[in-house]
Amino acid sequence: MIAVFESKKMPLVKTVVNGKHIEVERDRWALDVLLEMGVAVPTLCHHPAVEPYGACRLCVVEARKGKWTWLTTSCDLQIREGLNIETDTPSVIRSRRMSMELILSRAPHVESLQRLAADLGVGRPRFGPHYDIGKCILCGLCVRVCDRLIGASAISFVGRGRRRSVTTPFGAASESCTGCGACIAVCPTGHIRSFVEESALNIETWNTRLEMIDCKVCGTPFTAAKLLESVQGRLGKGGSLERVCSKCRRLQMCKRLGEAFHQV
Amino acid sequence: MKLDLKSVDQIIGKYDGEDSWLVMILQDVQDKYNYLPECALGRVAESLKIPLSRVHSVATFYSSFSLAERGRHLIRVCDGTACHLRGFTHIKEEISRHLGISEGQTTKDKVFTLDVVACLGACALAPVMAVDGRCYGNMNAEKVRVVLDLYRREKRH
Repeated sequence: MIAVFESKKMPLVKTVVNGKHIEVERDRWALDVLLEMGVAVPTLCHHPAVEPYGACRLCVVEARKGKWTWLTTSCDLQIREGLNIETDTPSVIRSRRMSMELILSRAPHVESLQRLAADLGVGRPRFGPHYDIGKCILCGLCVRVCDRLIGASAISFVGRGRRRSVTTPFGAASESCTGCGACIAVCPTGHIRSFVEESALNIETWNTRLEMIDCKVCGTPFTAAKLLESVQGRLGKGGSLERVCSKCRRLQMCKRLGEAFHQV
Repeated sequence: MKLDLKSVDQIIGKYDGEDSWLVMILQDVQDKYNYLPECALGRVAESLKIPLSRVHSVATFYSSFSLAERGRHLIRVCDGTACHLRGFTHIKEEISRHLGISEGQTTKDKVFTLDVVACLGACALAPVMAVDGRCYGNMNAEKVRVVLDLYRREKRH
């Protein structure tokens, strides 16, 4: 399943953000609007490439419409006429701190989490993980990116409650993983470990090992064979992929540019 | 382990290969094999044209699904509030002692599997246990032995 982002022109509606009156396109995600306005909103499970999920609960804001006020995640809140959003009320701060403390208690040694916690005024969490769960905070970014953007669906949430985790089916080597590394790139805590060994890409966390292809210029393995295959498959006959690593390609490009300059 | 997957195909056929029936399909597969074998999940994913990871995710989400082989008789002991107060611990311990298995385990002869569930919905009969969906209420250690022996004797015939 590959996400398609439609941009339909929506009518402008009147909204209030932290007392400031603005006009925004209807149905836009409140978090996007807040970030564009320069309002600092902490997030962990948000990524512009995938649709909102509301897992980390750090982006909560106080929304008000008419006489109703409620705490809600701003990533999946859509802007409507007359919506009033407050981002720094006592209840927002209290809620963010609690969520942060719970997330930090899962993986207290992760620096990026410690920094975010410090920003929110959360120190050492009162709770602790009762067993080793790695650095995963179950934000679901890797699962969503693998499913929606890459279309491989190699990983998913498994189990539930405190046993919930992200793995490949049965924890075995994945057949559908192409080794694109998107999950590693989006993971906010660095939970997914990988290394290259004997020209094979090992994604340790997914128990998956993929053969790599050597750069035809410098000879170092640079990408998983399966990834090249899958990208080639998507390109079809429209284009061919050179088996050159990014370093060598940059060098080639520089050389070509240099030559072009000399000719002028 | 090699399994005959014809019945899996039959079950999927019954639901027209529609992926929105995934949970029902898995329930039927479990009824057939007593648990959810890995290869059966693979076949389900293949036939419904959905990722195996999604099937696995659903199969592990519901506690009534089991990925490990289970015994012929499934004992479910209730640990709901009423049963917990009225002696769930004694009932569970008695079963464990009698069968030599603890929660989530299966006896060596593959006759009994012991599960603890949150509520069987028969609080008035607390403490309650169910074997193969049949409820036994007002349990005590003596009754536990009687019920279990009933099912064990059944095995011989």
